[in-house]
Amino acid sequence: MTHTLAVLVENNPGVLARVAGLFSRRGFNIDSLAVGRTEDPSVSRMTIVVEGDDRYLEQVNKQLHKLVDVIKISDITRDAYVDRELVLIKVHADASKRAEIMQLVDIFRARIVDVGLKTLTVEITGNEGKIDAFEDSLRPFGIKELVRTGKIAMLRGTKSSSKNNSQKEGDVN
Amino acid sequence: MKITVAEALIRCLEQENVEIIFGYPGGAILPVYDALNNTTIKHVLVRHEQGAAHAADGYARVTGKVGVCLTTSGPGATNLVTGIANAYMDSAPLVLITGQVATSLVGTDAFQEVDITGITLPVTKHNYLVKDPKQLPSIVKKAFHLASTGRPGPVLIDLPKDVAQAKIEFKYPKTVNMPGYKPTYKGHAAMVQQAAKIIMESERPAIYAGGGVRIADAAGELQKLAETISAPVAHTLMGLGCFPGDHPLFLGMLGLHGTRYANQAVTECDCLIAAGARFDDRVVTKISGFAPKARIIHIDIDPAEIGKNVRSHLPIVGDVKSVLGAILPHLKKKDNARWVERIRQLKEEYPLRYNQGGDSLKPQFVMEKINELKGEDAIVVTDVGQHQMWAAQYMRFSEPRSFITSGGLGAMGFCLPAAIGAKLGAPDRTVIPIVGDGGLQMTMQELGTAAEQKLPLKVFVINNSRLGMVRQLQEFYHDKRYVAVDIQFNPDFAALGRIYGMEGYTVDSPSQLTELLPRILTSAAPVMVNCIVDHCENVLPMVLNGSNISEAIG
Repeated sequence: MTHTLAVLVENNPGVLARVAGLFSRRGFNIDSLAVGRTEDPSVSRMTIVVEGDDRYLEQVNKQLHKLVDVIKISDITRDAYVDRELVLIKVHADASKRAEIMQLVDIFRARIVDVGLKTLTVEITGNEGKIDAFEDSLRPFGIKELVRTGKIAMLRGTKSSSKNNSQKEGDVN
Repeated sequence: MKITVAEALIRCLEQENVEIIFGYPGGAILPVYDALNNTTIKHVLVRHEQGAAHAADGYARVTGKVGVCLTTSGPGATNLVTGIANAYMDSAPLVLITGQVATSLVGTDAFQEVDITGITLPVTKHNYLVKDPKQLPSIVKKAFHLASTGRPGPVLIDLPKDVAQAKIEFKYPKTVNMPGYKPTYKGHAAMVQQAAKIIMESERPAIYAGGGVRIADAAGELQKLAETISAPVAHTLMGLGCFPGDHPLFLGMLGLHGTRYANQAVTECDCLIAAGARFDDRVVTKISGFAPKARIIHIDIDPAEIGKNVRSHLPIVGDVKSVLGAILPHLKKKDNARWVERIRQLKEEYPLRYNQGGDSLKPQFVMEKINELKGEDAIVVTDVGQHQMWAAQYMRFSEPRSFITSGGLGAMGFCLPAAIGAKLGAPDRTVIPIVGDGGLQMTMQELGTAAEQKLPLKVFVINNSRLGMVRQLQEFYHDKRYVAVDIQFNPDFAALGRIYGMEGYTVDSPSQLTELLPRILTSAAPVMVNCIVDHCENVLPMVLNGSNISEAIG
């Protein structure tokens, strides 16, 4: 099963290497990882997507907790959350195809952010399903380049995964 | 008044009550060495940085204090790595301070530059590169706190030369603030009660005691638990010494080379209390066959150890001393007469044994003899390999912190430098390094350190002119196709000892050893005893690959 972890870390140099190194040396696979500063500049938030059974996730969780720079881990998979990913796609678009592509862009509520002589660059945000569908529909035109930010996620409603919300938790007892 | 960061570092170490630093100077760390002119902290100059890390480790294990190393950048730092990994695997508290090239040169492949924080990421509890001079005091404070609390471990501080020379207003913080680090000491109350219930319901309880018992100073609680519920105690290699070796409930070591009776007791028990142990593959061998009838209570301060290798029925995260102390009041005296009788029977039926045929010197005999004469207070330090297992099997300890060995990493070369650290940490105790002819030659340059520090070590070289454990593995698993295990040239170890100012002896028969031992163990001189032993001996019992611990051979 795919799990989405919201991991709060101290915004120290090397913290990404610590987390990435932990995953590789313990043989954990990362599907995607996105990282950036939070409302508190001393804290960064990583959204990590990993695939594995419960026991595997328990180890991922506990090993992450052992990193001194990790402040809090929330596995939000089973809660209601909003997730988004930003993707830029550069697609082949000579004059004959442009109208068709622009129609698709409209349907998916994407945006054209750059126009080249023979290409269009499109920006789309959304959840994984929407982005995959959009990518599939552009594929016949010829995708020259594609870049994804990785998924970011936030709990719905008043619940939050932020630092003040609680102490370091999840030490399974 | 402002002082340099290098001076501030020494003031920090003084505040942490550091008495000894093991180190080796070099260009990038010079400012710190200069500051050593003005302190009462003793500096022990080793002969190789690996020796510094192992010595600090031996010191830490004997004293329970944090061991401190100081080396330069580049090779000075990389030479520490084996010692750091060793301390990490066996949870020994170390603070390692390495010099680094000036911040303006970091990242340029400068002379003697190496990314030591990157290199040691997987083998340290945490590490720091000091960029801001003002941060130094709080980093040192955090490093000592991290190294010595929770599950102890090594912490490295990398200090660029220009940072060391910068001036700061010195103030040592009294507290640390690390939102991401809060080790759990106290066991969950409901879990503690549940544990007591499971224990009281059992008829055949057994205890599996690991290094965590020594680290937590929980030997007293352990013995009380064992005696209250009449549970025999099996030990990991790290746990030896935590329970009196002459106690009727003592089972010795379990696992791959464990005693038959320890392995059998764990296999038959209906409740296994794992205290400060981590179900290592050398203990468990085959997971499905380990304590198959038991409800397992796993007590460990590191939550990540729980459920990592073996599923336990009741996990308790916490300090072993505190958790056992909390469980004890819930227990009532249990005699378990049939179970105790069964244990006595097992010990009688499957004793450790070896064949003392002929006049050759058997390594097991050497261990028995040293054990007989070493005295209760002695500290035995071993290297890694066959002699280590024989020492673990045949020696008995009545005190924790009496048996020092490289367990998790299995780092040959550990013995001699660790013994130096042990002797410096416990100058009044006899320190007996027992080492193979292979392992001694990995770090024998430290004989120079021992001589310089005037340490009367009683070194026993168990000399079979072989890499004995590897030879044994080739015998069992590679059809006796021996490759690269004969050491075809060895120096005369007795003469080697004499060169370093020790008394040197060679013995190759039981009678010679018996005659020599009483005299040398009580003398004040450093001694090197070259014991020429039978090279065909195997460490038995042995659980072959893929077998349960109850299926040992030999």
